[in-house]
Amino acid sequence: MSNALKVLLACTLLAGGCAQSVQSPQSLYAELGGQAGIDRIVDGLLWEIAEDAEIRALFADTDIQRFRNKLAEQLCAVSDGPCVYTGDSMRETHRHLAVTSAQFNRLVDDLIRVMERERIATGAQNALLQRLAAMRGDIVAE
Amino acid sequence: MMTVRALVAALALCLAAASQAGSRLLATGGANSIEGQAGGGITPWAVISGYGDLGEWGGALGLSRVSVDDFQLDTQSASLGFDNRLEFSVSRQDLEVEPLGLAIRQDVFGAKVRLAGDFIYGSAPQLTAGLQYKRNRDMAVPQALGAARDSGTDLYLAVGKLWLNEALGRNVFANGSLRWTAAHQTGLLGFAEQRELVAELSAGLFIDRHWVIGAEYRQKPNGLQAVAEDDWADIFLGWFPNTRVAAVLAWTELGDIAGLEDQSGWYLSIQLSQ
Repeated sequence: MSNALKVLLACTLLAGGCAQSVQSPQSLYAELGGQAGIDRIVDGLLWEIAEDAEIRALFADTDIQRFRNKLAEQLCAVSDGPCVYTGDSMRETHRHLAVTSAQFNRLVDDLIRVMERERIATGAQNALLQRLAAMRGDIVAE
Repeated sequence: MMTVRALVAALALCLAAASQAGSRLLATGGANSIEGQAGGGITPWAVISGYGDLGEWGGALGLSRVSVDDFQLDTQSASLGFDNRLEFSVSRQDLEVEPLGLAIRQDVFGAKVRLAGDFIYGSAPQLTAGLQYKRNRDMAVPQALGAARDSGTDLYLAVGKLWLNEALGRNVFANGSLRWTAAHQTGLLGFAEQRELVAELSAGLFIDRHWVIGAEYRQKPNGLQAVAEDDWADIFLGWFPNTRVAAVLAWTELGDIAGLEDQSGWYLSIQLSQ
């Protein structure tokens, strides 16, 4: 292995070390900005959905105010916040919608862009995405 | 020569005609590798090129340059992905052998099919089978070094997986492949009569969703009597500002090539995708 390769490898490992040291011990709920932060994420996501013709149609029969409340409650519960999700199951709410893989990915992309705009830390974004990705099987019609 | 250029142009037109950008997540189409298929730099990966999801088209146009001590390899490639299942690609490689003042050109036609799994979702990794039909166009040097054939087909199986929030709060991925090949130096020095099995391994970490660091290792056959062939390795930095463009910078260690020892240097690729 040449010296140049060793130097680059060392830089790579150092970069990883830095990323670790800035990680906070906060709960995911706190890293998302608590309930106020989650409310901003939900509202941002509603705007993204409204502008995305590919997924807007899925919400044609949705009571937006109820959806807004239940999604905020769900994100709070999923991120270990002080909430209990009282809405219907993911399987039940998506059963008749025939959600495609593409629509699911577009919503994930919308959510990521909202979290970037809200300056949510990358680690918190990834932690939330990991928890939400586990629900994909109940949402997407295979 | 004209056929490959024409095919690249035709694939570019198909890509431009695709009605809208694909829906898959940023960077999940990888980058066009030196053999034209979606992957890293020196190895193809299990991912399908571009951003087409189920029922969508995607693809990429790539340019890359590897500049090591005595050689420069330029690749132009075009790839099309459909349904996040099938990928077709064509590429032209131009290898300049600087001490001899000559060039060796090779065409690579690739196909890939996703057999099972998903790169991100679920617990099963994405499993892909692929082939690369290669045609060396300048066999003077390869023949002088003892290569038996001027064309060959590589077959491989690749598995790839990305784990969300895996280490340091970051997304991590790995890809492993088994390749059955008769190619000397990926075919640029011709092909042997018999194939052998080699392994390839890549892994990376997304610093955020736009920047990724990682490394690749590619085992190589060593089938020419006259000159030694070494395994290849690189470490890379990839940049995906959006789904339309991407760039990869790498430091590569290619070992001995055609009797010239310890070849190392930079690799740069840029691509347009959708």
